[in-house]
Amino acid sequence: MALLNRRIGLSLTHLNSAVIQRQFSITGACQAIQKLTRVRVVDNSTLGNTPYHRPPKCIHVYNKTGVGKVGDKILLAIKGEKKKALIVGHKMPGPTMTPKFDSNNVVLIEDNGNPIGTRIRTPIPYTLRRREGEFSKVLAIARNFV
Amino acid sequence: MAAACGRLVPRGAGIALPGRFFSLSGYRVSSGEKPPKFQPPPKPVIIDRKTRKEESRFLSPEFIPPRGRKDPLKYYIERKDMIQRRKVFNIPEFYVGSVLAVTTANPYASDKSNRFVGICIQRGGKGLGATFVLRNVIEDQGVEICYDLYSPRIQAIEVLKLEKRLDENLMYLRDALPEYSTFDVNMKPVPRMGHEEIPVNKVQVRMKPKPWSKRWERPKYNIKGIKFELPEHKMQAAQKWSQPWLEFDMLREYDTSKIEEKIRKELSEELGK
Repeated sequence: MALLNRRIGLSLTHLNSAVIQRQFSITGACQAIQKLTRVRVVDNSTLGNTPYHRPPKCIHVYNKTGVGKVGDKILLAIKGEKKKALIVGHKMPGPTMTPKFDSNNVVLIEDNGNPIGTRIRTPIPYTLRRREGEFSKVLAIARNFV
Repeated sequence: MAAACGRLVPRGAGIALPGRFFSLSGYRVSSGEKPPKFQPPPKPVIIDRKTRKEESRFLSPEFIPPRGRKDPLKYYIERKDMIQRRKVFNIPEFYVGSVLAVTTANPYASDKSNRFVGICIQRGGKGLGATFVLRNVIEDQGVEICYDLYSPRIQAIEVLKLEKRLDENLMYLRDALPEYSTFDVNMKPVPRMGHEEIPVNKVQVRMKPKPWSKRWERPKYNIKGIKFELPEHKMQAAQKWSQPWLEFDMLREYDTSKIEEKIRKELSEELGK
Protein backbone atom coordinates (compact mmCIF):
# COMPACT_ATOMS: atom_id res chain seq x y z
CA MET A 1 0.00 0.00 0.00
CA ALA A 2 2.77 2.39 0.94
CA LEU A 3 4.68 1.50 -2.26
CA LEU A 4 1.62 2.20 -4.45
CA ASN A 5 1.05 5.51 -2.76
CA ARG A 6 4.69 6.49 -3.11
CA ARG A 7 4.64 5.76 -6.86
CA ILE A 8 1.53 7.90 -7.34
CA GLY A 9 3.01 10.66 -5.24
CA LEU A 10 6.35 10.79 -7.05
CA SER A 11 4.71 11.05 -10.48
CA LEU A 12 3.22 14.43 -9.49
CA THR A 13 6.30 16.31 -10.61
CA HIS A 14 4.55 19.64 -11.24
CA LEU A 15 2.45 20.76 -8.29
CA ASN A 16 0.17 23.39 -9.78
CA SER A 17 -2.46 24.15 -7.22
CA ALA A 18 -1.54 25.33 -3.79
CA VAL A 19 -3.41 22.61 -1.91
CA ILE A 20 -2.49 19.09 -3.00
CA GLN A 21 -2.63 16.61 -0.17
CA ARG A 22 0.20 14.14 -0.36
CA GLN A 23 -1.01 10.61 0.22
CA PHE A 24 2.06 9.35 2.06
CA SER A 25 3.94 10.59 5.05
CA ILE A 26 7.49 11.78 4.58
CA THR A 27 9.76 11.90 7.57
CA GLY A 28 11.19 15.39 8.08
CA ALA A 29 14.65 15.56 6.50
CA CYS A 30 17.24 14.70 9.11
CA GLN A 31 19.78 17.23 10.18
CA ALA A 32 23.20 16.28 8.81
CA ILE A 33 23.78 13.42 6.42
CA GLN A 34 23.89 9.85 7.66
CA LYS A 35 22.90 6.41 6.38
CA LEU A 36 19.62 6.34 4.49
CA THR A 37 19.34 10.13 4.04
CA ARG A 38 17.86 11.14 0.74
CA VAL A 39 20.18 13.64 -0.93
CA ARG A 40 20.02 15.96 -3.88
CA VAL A 41 22.68 15.72 -6.57
CA VAL A 42 23.56 19.23 -7.71
CA ASP A 43 26.00 18.74 -10.58
CA ASN A 44 25.02 18.23 -14.21
CA SER A 45 26.02 14.57 -14.49
CA THR A 46 23.64 12.21 -16.32
CA LEU A 47 23.63 9.80 -13.40
CA GLY A 48 22.51 12.50 -11.02
CA ASN A 49 19.88 14.08 -13.25
CA THR A 50 18.03 11.22 -14.95
CA PRO A 51 14.76 10.56 -13.10
CA TYR A 52 14.41 7.29 -11.25
CA HIS A 53 11.62 5.92 -9.09
CA ARG A 54 13.82 6.07 -5.97
CA PRO A 55 15.70 9.13 -4.76
CA PRO A 56 19.49 8.83 -4.27
CA LYS A 57 20.23 7.65 -0.72
CA CYS A 58 23.34 7.66 1.39
CA ILE A 59 24.46 4.18 2.42
CA HIS A 60 27.77 4.91 4.11
CA VAL A 61 29.61 7.91 5.50
CA TYR A 62 33.43 7.86 5.35
CA ASN A 63 33.87 9.31 8.80
CA LYS A 64 34.69 8.19 12.32
CA THR A 65 31.19 9.23 13.39
CA GLY A 66 28.49 8.14 10.99
CA VAL A 67 27.37 11.73 10.48
CA GLY A 68 28.47 13.62 7.41
CA LYS A 69 28.93 17.40 7.27
CA VAL A 70 30.18 19.69 4.50
CA GLY A 71 33.35 18.28 2.99
CA ASP A 72 32.78 14.65 3.94
CA LYS A 73 32.71 11.82 1.44
CA ILE A 74 29.76 9.43 1.38
CA LEU A 75 28.62 6.42 -0.60
CA LEU A 76 25.40 6.89 -2.52
CA ALA A 77 23.00 4.40 -3.97
CA ILE A 78 21.76 5.91 -7.28
CA LYS A 79 19.83 4.05 -9.97
CA GLY A 80 20.83 0.72 -8.55
CA GLU A 81 24.56 1.53 -8.49
CA LYS A 82 26.96 2.63 -5.80
CA LYS A 83 28.76 5.93 -6.29
CA LYS A 84 30.89 8.08 -4.05
CA ALA A 85 29.85 11.66 -3.44
CA LEU A 86 31.01 14.80 -1.66
CA ILE A 87 28.67 16.72 0.65
CA VAL A 88 28.49 20.39 -0.31
CA GLY A 89 25.66 21.58 1.90
CA HIS A 90 23.13 20.30 4.39
CA LYS A 91 19.98 21.40 6.17
CA MET A 92 21.59 21.26 9.59
CA PRO A 93 22.65 24.68 10.89
CA GLY A 94 26.42 24.77 11.27
CA PRO A 95 28.73 27.29 12.96
CA THR A 96 27.66 30.94 12.69
CA MET A 97 28.67 32.74 9.48
CA THR A 98 28.43 29.47 7.52
CA PRO A 99 25.55 29.00 5.11
CA LYS A 100 22.69 26.59 5.74
CA PHE A 101 20.94 25.20 2.71
CA ASP A 102 17.34 24.19 2.19
CA SER A 103 18.32 20.75 0.88
CA ASN A 104 21.10 18.23 1.43
CA ASN A 105 23.36 18.84 -1.56
CA VAL A 106 25.88 16.40 -2.89
CA VAL A 107 28.34 16.24 -5.84
CA LEU A 108 29.06 12.89 -7.49
CA ILE A 109 32.70 11.92 -7.39
CA GLU A 110 34.99 9.11 -8.56
CA ASP A 111 37.20 7.13 -6.18
CA ASN A 112 40.20 9.32 -6.97
CA GLY A 113 38.26 12.52 -6.27
CA ASN A 114 37.42 13.61 -9.82
CA PRO A 115 33.88 14.92 -10.21
CA ILE A 116 31.67 13.18 -12.75
CA GLY A 117 29.72 16.28 -13.81
CA THR A 118 31.16 19.31 -15.54
CA ARG A 119 29.32 22.18 -13.86
CA ILE A 120 27.81 22.99 -10.47
CA ARG A 121 25.23 25.75 -10.57
CA THR A 122 24.06 25.75 -6.95
CA PRO A 123 26.07 27.85 -4.48
CA ILE A 124 28.89 26.08 -2.62
CA PRO A 125 30.16 27.19 0.81
CA TYR A 126 33.57 28.85 0.94
CA THR A 127 34.64 26.49 3.74
CA LEU A 128 35.37 23.82 1.13
CA ARG A 129 38.28 25.91 -0.07
CA ARG A 130 40.18 25.08 3.06
CA ARG A 131 40.89 21.65 1.63
CA GLU A 132 41.96 23.03 -1.71
CA GLY A 133 44.24 20.07 -2.37
CA GLU A 134 41.64 17.32 -2.15
CA PHE A 135 38.74 19.16 -3.74
CA SER A 136 40.51 21.34 -6.30
CA LYS A 137 38.71 19.75 -9.25
CA VAL A 138 35.28 20.07 -7.62
CA LEU A 139 35.96 23.70 -6.72
CA ALA A 140 37.09 24.33 -10.28
CA ILE A 141 33.72 23.32 -11.72
CA ALA A 142 31.72 25.28 -9.14
CA ARG A 143 30.15 28.53 -10.35
CA ASN A 144 28.92 30.47 -7.34
CA PHE A 145 30.23 30.49 -3.82
CA VAL A 146 28.38 31.59 -0.72
CA MET B 1 9.98 81.22 7.37
CA ALA B 2 8.51 84.63 6.69
CA ALA B 3 9.02 85.50 10.34
CA ALA B 4 12.77 84.99 10.04
CA CYS B 5 13.19 87.71 7.44
CA GLY B 6 10.85 90.43 8.49
CA ARG B 7 9.44 92.24 5.57
CA LEU B 8 10.11 89.77 2.83
CA VAL B 9 7.01 88.76 1.00
CA PRO B 10 6.44 84.98 0.87
CA ARG B 11 6.61 83.42 -2.56
CA GLY B 12 3.54 83.49 -4.68
CA ALA B 13 1.77 86.14 -2.67
CA GLY B 14 -0.66 87.66 -5.13
CA ILE B 15 0.88 91.10 -5.60
CA ALA B 16 0.48 92.92 -8.86
CA LEU B 17 3.12 91.63 -11.28
CA PRO B 18 2.42 87.96 -12.00
CA GLY B 19 5.34 85.62 -12.46
CA ARG B 20 7.89 87.97 -10.97
CA PHE B 21 9.61 87.82 -7.65
CA PHE B 22 10.88 91.03 -6.14
CA SER B 23 12.89 91.69 -3.07
CA LEU B 24 12.13 94.75 -1.03
CA SER B 25 15.79 95.44 -0.52
CA GLY B 26 15.87 96.74 -4.06
CA TYR B 27 13.53 99.61 -3.12
CA ARG B 28 15.92 101.43 -0.84
CA VAL B 29 17.65 103.33 -3.63
CA SER B 30 18.42 107.02 -3.41
CA SER B 31 18.55 109.00 -6.66
CA GLY B 32 22.26 109.20 -7.68
CA GLU B 33 23.75 105.99 -6.33
CA LYS B 34 24.19 102.68 -8.09
CA PRO B 35 21.54 100.12 -7.21
CA PRO B 36 22.86 97.94 -4.37
CA LYS B 37 23.89 94.40 -5.10
CA PHE B 38 21.16 91.86 -4.86
CA GLN B 39 21.17 90.37 -1.37
CA PRO B 40 19.54 86.99 -1.41
CA PRO B 41 17.27 86.43 1.55
CA PRO B 42 18.93 84.58 4.45
CA LYS B 43 18.36 80.85 4.39
CA PRO B 44 15.79 79.71 6.93
CA VAL B 45 17.15 77.58 9.74
CA ILE B 46 14.95 74.51 10.17
CA ILE B 47 15.24 72.79 13.52
CA ASP B 48 13.64 69.43 12.93
CA ARG B 49 12.58 68.42 16.37
CA LYS B 50 10.66 65.42 15.11
CA THR B 51 13.74 63.73 13.57
CA ARG B 52 15.66 63.51 16.80
CA LYS B 53 12.74 61.93 18.57
CA GLU B 54 12.31 59.26 15.86
CA GLU B 55 15.95 58.24 15.98
CA SER B 56 15.99 57.91 19.72
CA ARG B 57 12.84 55.77 19.67
CA PHE B 58 14.61 52.75 18.17
CA LEU B 59 16.50 50.58 20.62
CA SER B 60 18.17 47.47 19.21
CA PRO B 61 16.47 44.44 20.82
CA GLU B 62 19.73 42.85 22.01
CA PHE B 63 20.27 45.66 24.53
CA ILE B 64 17.17 44.79 26.53
CA PRO B 65 18.18 42.20 29.15
CA PRO B 66 15.95 39.11 29.33
CA ARG B 67 13.62 38.53 32.26
CA GLY B 68 15.51 36.60 34.92
CA ARG B 69 17.46 36.68 38.15
CA LYS B 70 20.93 37.29 36.76
CA ASP B 71 23.05 40.08 38.18
CA PRO B 72 22.49 43.21 36.07
CA LEU B 73 26.25 43.80 36.31
CA LYS B 74 26.77 41.15 33.65
CA TYR B 75 24.49 42.97 31.21
CA TYR B 76 26.07 46.30 32.08
CA ILE B 77 29.54 45.00 31.24
CA GLU B 78 28.29 43.46 28.00
CA ARG B 79 26.62 46.72 27.07
CA LYS B 80 29.90 48.57 27.55
CA ASP B 81 31.56 46.21 25.08
CA MET B 82 28.67 46.53 22.64
CA ILE B 83 28.92 50.32 22.79
CA GLN B 84 32.68 50.11 22.16
CA ARG B 85 32.04 48.06 19.05
CA ARG B 86 29.33 50.41 17.85
CA LYS B 87 31.66 53.36 18.15
CA VAL B 88 34.07 51.74 15.76
CA PHE B 89 31.61 50.08 13.41
CA ASN B 90 28.20 51.34 12.37
CA ILE B 91 25.38 48.84 13.02
CA PRO B 92 22.34 50.34 11.31
CA GLU B 93 18.77 50.13 12.47
CA PHE B 94 16.93 47.21 10.90
CA TYR B 95 13.99 44.97 11.63
CA VAL B 96 12.89 41.46 10.80
CA GLY B 97 11.73 41.73 7.20
CA SER B 98 14.32 44.24 6.01
CA VAL B 99 16.67 43.35 3.20
CA LEU B 100 20.33 43.63 4.20
CA ALA B 101 23.68 43.21 2.46
CA VAL B 102 26.47 41.97 4.74
CA THR B 103 30.16 41.95 3.77
CA THR B 104 32.27 39.58 5.89
CA ALA B 105 35.97 38.86 5.94
CA ASN B 106 36.63 35.41 4.57
CA PRO B 107 40.15 34.05 4.05
CA TYR B 108 38.93 31.69 1.35
CA ALA B 109 37.06 34.22 -0.75
CA SER B 110 38.43 36.27 -3.63
CA ASP B 111 39.46 39.70 -2.30
CA LYS B 112 39.23 38.12 1.13
CA SER B 113 35.66 39.45 1.57
CA ASN B 114 32.28 38.02 0.77
CA ARG B 115 28.97 39.83 0.26
CA PHE B 116 25.59 38.23 0.99
CA VAL B 117 22.20 39.84 0.39
CA GLY B 118 19.10 38.53 2.07
CA ILE B 119 15.98 39.23 4.06
CA CYS B 120 16.30 39.18 7.83
CA ILE B 121 14.04 36.40 9.11
CA GLN B 122 15.02 36.33 12.76
CA ARG B 123 16.91 38.38 15.34
CA GLY B 124 17.99 36.31 18.29
CA GLY B 125 20.31 36.39 21.25
CA LYS B 126 20.98 39.11 23.79
CA GLY B 127 24.09 41.10 24.50
CA LEU B 128 27.24 40.41 22.49
CA GLY B 129 25.88 37.10 21.22
CA ALA B 130 23.12 38.78 19.26
CA THR B 131 22.55 37.14 15.88
CA PHE B 132 20.43 37.71 12.83
CA VAL B 133 19.58 35.26 10.08
CA LEU B 134 19.51 36.34 6.44
CA ARG B 135 17.72 34.27 3.84
CA ASN B 136 17.91 34.37 0.05
CA VAL B 137 17.23 32.01 -2.82
CA ILE B 138 20.22 31.74 -5.20
CA GLU B 139 19.91 29.59 -8.34
CA ASP B 140 16.78 27.89 -6.95
CA GLN B 141 18.61 26.94 -3.77
CA GLY B 142 17.47 28.51 -0.51
CA VAL B 143 20.44 29.68 1.57
CA GLU B 144 20.33 31.03 5.12
CA ILE B 145 23.28 32.49 7.00
CA CYS B 146 23.22 33.28 10.71
CA TYR B 147 25.53 36.23 11.47
CA ASP B 148 26.85 37.46 14.80
CA LEU B 149 26.00 41.18 14.99
CA TYR B 150 29.12 42.02 16.99
CA SER B 151 31.53 39.73 15.20
CA PRO B 152 34.80 41.42 14.17
CA ARG B 153 34.64 39.47 10.90
CA ILE B 154 31.78 41.62 9.66
CA GLN B 155 33.13 44.48 7.56
CA ALA B 156 29.91 46.23 6.54
CA ILE B 157 26.18 45.96 7.10
CA GLU B 158 24.07 47.84 4.57
CA VAL B 159 20.29 48.12 4.79
CA LEU B 160 18.96 47.89 1.24
CA LYS B 161 15.29 48.06 2.17
CA LEU B 162 14.14 49.06 5.62
CA GLU B 163 10.72 47.71 6.42
CA LYS B 164 8.82 45.65 8.95
CA ARG B 165 6.53 42.71 8.48
CA LEU B 166 3.45 41.55 10.34
CA ASP B 167 5.46 38.97 12.33
CA GLU B 168 8.60 39.07 14.47
CA ASN B 169 9.82 35.76 13.08
CA LEU B 170 9.73 34.88 9.40
CA MET B 171 10.84 31.25 9.66
CA TYR B 172 7.74 30.29 7.68
CA LEU B 173 9.45 31.64 4.56
CA ARG B 174 11.21 28.27 4.37
CA ASP B 175 7.86 26.64 3.62
CA ALA B 176 6.59 29.47 1.45
CA LEU B 177 6.92 29.69 -2.31
CA PRO B 178 10.49 30.63 -3.23
CA GLU B 179 9.43 33.90 -4.87
CA TYR B 180 8.91 35.44 -1.41
CA SER B 181 12.52 34.78 -0.41
CA THR B 182 14.28 35.74 -3.65
CA PHE B 183 16.10 39.04 -3.64
CA ASP B 184 18.40 40.35 -6.35
CA VAL B 185 22.02 40.23 -5.25
CA ASN B 186 22.76 43.50 -7.06
CA MET B 187 19.73 45.25 -5.67
CA LYS B 188 20.06 49.03 -5.24
CA PRO B 189 19.30 50.42 -1.79
CA VAL B 190 15.76 51.76 -1.63
CA PRO B 191 15.97 55.42 -0.50
CA ARG B 192 14.04 56.13 2.64
CA MET B 193 11.74 59.14 2.42
CA GLY B 194 13.07 61.45 5.10
CA HIS B 195 12.34 60.35 8.62
CA GLU B 196 8.90 58.87 8.47
CA GLU B 197 7.40 55.82 10.10
CA ILE B 198 9.00 52.49 9.21
CA PRO B 199 6.73 50.99 6.50
CA VAL B 200 4.99 47.73 7.42
CA ASN B 201 4.80 45.27 4.54
CA LYS B 202 1.41 43.59 4.92
CA VAL B 203 2.07 40.90 2.33
CA GLN B 204 0.24 37.61 2.84
CA VAL B 205 2.61 34.87 1.80
CA ARG B 206 1.42 31.81 -0.13
CA MET B 207 2.77 28.51 1.09
CA LYS B 208 3.97 25.33 -0.56
CA PRO B 209 1.72 22.32 -0.01
CA LYS B 210 1.87 20.70 3.43
CA PRO B 211 3.84 19.13 5.22
CA TRP B 212 5.64 22.20 6.53
CA SER B 213 8.60 22.28 8.90
CA LYS B 214 6.32 23.57 11.65
CA ARG B 215 2.53 23.68 11.88
CA TRP B 216 2.31 27.39 11.24
CA GLU B 217 -1.49 27.47 11.42
CA ARG B 218 -1.40 26.76 15.17
CA PRO B 219 -2.11 29.72 17.47
CA LYS B 220 1.20 29.20 19.33
CA TYR B 221 3.08 30.83 16.45
CA ASN B 222 0.48 33.55 16.02
CA ILE B 223 1.41 34.21 12.42
CA LYS B 224 -0.39 36.98 10.60
CA GLY B 225 1.60 37.04 7.39
CA ILE B 226 0.47 33.77 5.78
CA LYS B 227 -2.49 33.34 3.47
CA PHE B 228 -3.74 30.01 4.75
CA GLU B 229 -5.48 28.15 1.97
CA LEU B 230 -6.34 25.25 4.25
CA PRO B 231 -9.91 23.96 4.55
CA GLU B 232 -12.00 25.53 7.30
CA HIS B 233 -12.15 22.40 9.47
CA LYS B 234 -8.35 22.21 9.58
CA MET B 235 -8.08 25.82 10.73
CA GLN B 236 -10.62 25.17 13.46
CA ALA B 237 -8.88 21.94 14.49
CA ALA B 238 -5.67 23.96 14.91
CA GLN B 239 -7.43 26.22 17.43
CA LYS B 240 -7.61 23.23 19.79
CA TRP B 241 -4.00 24.03 20.73
CA SER B 242 -4.72 27.60 21.67
CA GLN B 243 -3.85 28.67 25.20
CA PRO B 244 -6.05 31.72 25.81
CA TRP B 245 -4.96 31.99 29.46
CA LEU B 246 -1.37 32.82 28.50
CA GLU B 247 -1.97 36.53 27.93
CA PHE B 248 -3.37 36.87 31.46
CA ASP B 249 -0.50 35.03 33.13
CA MET B 250 1.03 37.54 35.52
CA LEU B 251 4.24 35.63 36.05
CA ARG B 252 5.02 36.02 32.37
CA GLU B 253 4.61 39.78 32.41
CA TYR B 254 7.73 41.74 31.58
CA ASP B 255 7.37 45.47 31.30
CA THR B 256 10.50 46.81 29.67
CA SER B 257 9.57 50.49 29.40
CA LYS B 258 11.60 51.72 32.40
CA ILE B 259 14.56 49.47 31.58
CA GLU B 260 14.46 50.72 28.00
CA GLU B 261 14.49 54.37 29.04
CA LYS B 262 17.53 53.80 31.23
CA ILE B 263 19.39 51.97 28.51
CA ARG B 264 18.49 54.62 25.95
CA LYS B 265 19.88 57.33 28.18
CA GLU B 266 23.03 55.32 28.76
CA LEU B 267 23.45 54.70 25.02
CA SER B 268 22.90 58.29 23.98
CA GLU B 269 25.43 59.48 26.57
CA GLU B 270 28.09 56.96 25.59
CA LEU B 271 27.65 57.22 21.85
CA GLY B 272 27.54 60.99 22.02
CA LYS B 273 31.06 61.13 23.51
